[in-house]
Amino acid sequence: MSDTHAQTVAFVRETQIPPSAPPVTEAGVIKWVRENLFSGVFNTVLTLIAFYVVARFAVFVFPWFYNGVWEAASRKECIDILREAGKQTGACFAVLVDRWDHLVFGFKYPPDGYWRILVSFLLLVVAVAPALFANLPRKMLFFTALYPFLAFWLIWGGSLWLPVAILGLIIATMLVFRLISSQISVDIRKIVSAVIGVICGAGLAYLLYIGAQELVFIANSVGTEGLISGIAYGVFWIMAIFAFVFCVPMGIFVGYAIYNSYEDGGLVSIVASLLFGYLAFVYLLGPIWMALNAVIPIELQAVASRDMGGFMLNMLLGTICVSLSIPLGILLALGRQSPMPLIKGVCVVFIEFIRGVPLITLLFVANVMLAYFLPPSSNFDLILRVIIMITMFSAAYIAEVIRGGLAALPKGQYEAADSLGLDYGQATRLIILPQALKISIPGIVNVAVGLFKDTTLVSIISMFDLVGMIRGPIQNSTEWTSVYWEVYGFGALLFFVVCYSISQYSQWLERQLNTSHH
Amino acid sequence: MTTLADPHKESFRLSMLLNDTRYRSLTFQFIALVAIIATMAFIGGNLVRNLAEAGLNISYDFLGAQAGYDINQRPISYDSQDTHGRAAMVGLLNTLIVAFLGCITATIIGVIAGVLRLSPNWLVRKIMAFYVEIFRNVPVLIWILIIFSIMINAAPAPNAFRGDEPTASMWLFDSIAVTNRGVYLPKPIWGAGSLLVVGVFIASIIGIFLFRRYARKQLFDHGRLIPTFWPSLALFFIPVILAQLVLGTPVSLEYPALKGFNFRGGITILGSLIALWFALSIYTGAFIAENVRAGILAVSKGQTEAAGALGLRPGRIMNLVVLPQALRVIIPPLISQYLNITKNSSLAIAVGYMDLTGTLGGITLLQTGRAIESVLLLMLFYLIISLSISFIMNIYNNTMKLKER
Repeated sequence: MSDTHAQTVAFVRETQIPPSAPPVTEAGVIKWVRENLFSGVFNTVLTLIAFYVVARFAVFVFPWFYNGVWEAASRKECIDILREAGKQTGACFAVLVDRWDHLVFGFKYPPDGYWRILVSFLLLVVAVAPALFANLPRKMLFFTALYPFLAFWLIWGGSLWLPVAILGLIIATMLVFRLISSQISVDIRKIVSAVIGVICGAGLAYLLYIGAQELVFIANSVGTEGLISGIAYGVFWIMAIFAFVFCVPMGIFVGYAIYNSYEDGGLVSIVASLLFGYLAFVYLLGPIWMALNAVIPIELQAVASRDMGGFMLNMLLGTICVSLSIPLGILLALGRQSPMPLIKGVCVVFIEFIRGVPLITLLFVANVMLAYFLPPSSNFDLILRVIIMITMFSAAYIAEVIRGGLAALPKGQYEAADSLGLDYGQATRLIILPQALKISIPGIVNVAVGLFKDTTLVSIISMFDLVGMIRGPIQNSTEWTSVYWEVYGFGALLFFVVCYSISQYSQWLERQLNTSHH
Repeated sequence: MTTLADPHKESFRLSMLLNDTRYRSLTFQFIALVAIIATMAFIGGNLVRNLAEAGLNISYDFLGAQAGYDINQRPISYDSQDTHGRAAMVGLLNTLIVAFLGCITATIIGVIAGVLRLSPNWLVRKIMAFYVEIFRNVPVLIWILIIFSIMINAAPAPNAFRGDEPTASMWLFDSIAVTNRGVYLPKPIWGAGSLLVVGVFIASIIGIFLFRRYARKQLFDHGRLIPTFWPSLALFFIPVILAQLVLGTPVSLEYPALKGFNFRGGITILGSLIALWFALSIYTGAFIAENVRAGILAVSKGQTEAAGALGLRPGRIMNLVVLPQALRVIIPPLISQYLNITKNSSLAIAVGYMDLTGTLGGITLLQTGRAIESVLLLMLFYLIISLSISFIMNIYNNTMKLKER
């Protein structure tokens, strides 16, 4: 068609003329500025206000930052240097230079051990990387599993053989589990089950008997004066009678249950490995690491927990508490979804209680109250008690996030798992949790960021984390009193860098895991 | 989880407690109950022994004892002769005051920032994104301390207002003084006949409501559009001012004035309250801004376009179409932000604002040494506040929810 026309109509152009350039006001920078900044009266006013604010801010901040004094021994010296140079304003960054070690490591950590902190921080990056990025080799996860022991040794010091012995005993416990659950014949397992059943049954009965005595002791010391005491007295007595009545039947029942599981070996291998692990930790751990240390001593200078401080303490608390609270949170979330009213009730009360009170009150508990609930002989130091309370705190929040993930799964997933014949443990592990956790990742990251920020609260119970260092030793010193912008700004910057990168990672991961097609 | 019905009714055997799903959950719960009781026995036994060792007992009698310390902000009358219980009440009220103020300002800041983050204006959008990110990623304690330090160090001392050539001056016709000890505002003095003025004020507020309802009815029934903004404004101000003039200014203002070393008269807002209030507001405001932005983005674009096709102006599209729908998405996270403000207000102890944590969990605890009782009571108070806020807000949420018929 076009051929015929092309021949008959001779004046039709064979090539297209290039489009003429748009008017100057409709192209490039001018167009962008018009559309984005001055697209109407209201917008123009807004732009001018915003521009004014930014300009004021810049005029204030830039000279202050640019004139900053980096070398001085005190604030007074800073001011003198600035005055000599004839500068109106200027920051006194010398405080950061002077107190750098205190801000980052705290003021009690031995200075020749700083490299240990830095190495464990660098290794943390390596250890966390395979968990964060799925395309890294899976074998790196072995290092992730080893990392807690290594970091414990690097940061707290002491003998290398202590964490090695702990690791060895954990591996031995897992081997015991393997051995009983799948390696030995049914006949041998029957004997093992009988022995373990008798031991556990008798032990449990004895424990409950002790517990009953303990409850009577509590009831008697509560007394019957007043209404609340009277109720408590009654409740403790009822529990005591309950424990006393059921101590022998419970022992027999649990012993029988353990014996009864000899065919598939599920229960007996769990109980046996736990029993082994407990005994090994109580009786073998000390001799093993001391013996190893006597043969080949590898030691670092030991550092007590209370000597941790500075930003390192925030990182330490954040990392430990987040990693401990995720498994705990999963258990709480599963417990809250459970059809068993008692277990569900316990989880609901725990979660709602923790979420209803501020973290600071839980830190008060750790500081002044928790010691009363622990055996008189035990001496948990403050940092350990704080870790316990912060872990409980964030576990409650993570449980709520994961519960959201569990609720968002379609019911068909649960039914499909059931119809495949999977039991509760298998269905949860293989079908439910992988999907629910995937949905919950952004929420978990939010909780983790919030928790990391909340670790600054420990400064209120007089621990010397970053904020505690600033408020205590730095601002109370004669040299650096009333220096505040520089130090708080530095603290804010450190937290911003960490939290912002975590949240950016979470957004990236969300895009990666998004399997729906948009 | 019931399995297929068995053909024969089996007699009960002990092993069924473990192997039969019908009985297994009972077994688990029984074991859990025993475990709970054992834990109680362990913890309780430790507590009793530790208390006996320390020579203490659990008693709440200290709440009736004389407190002996002063509180710098007293919503109800209190002095150091009063009891620890009353000090805790003062602290509770102070907590509620800062939480309430914080919730209001954080909502205002958050809504403005959230809407502006979606503005077509590039500069404003970027500034708001900067604001949100910088406040969300830095601990609120650092913000509280920064703002408190600014209050103390940058604001002028009261004696800077003194002399013939003072270095600092009061704001708004000498009525507001900003000093490093706090902000001083004029205080209304309720003279004779002021009840009448208040009555007129309440009546004019009711009048505004009735007028708006009338205008709405006119619009819906007869399609007549009556302007409401200016008449409402007039109704708000004119009757009260007239009443003031006619009755000879029964409600007068007492201005703060520099006497001695400090300002006297007027209302004092402590520097610590301002630092806490401001820091909590801008910190939580950043979170609320994100919720608001998410809520607005959750309203499908078709709604905006449909409203535009009906000929609504952009302002009305926002107010009548987008925001009411976005509100349903915004309210549930907003509730948890309010709870966060209430709980974060306990950081008052870092700047010396005497809230519940500062009185009951701070000085009372230290003076009486009743750690367990004080901390338990403190937790109970916060639990009650949190549960009531979430209860009230959930009722509101249920009324706002989409009613599916």
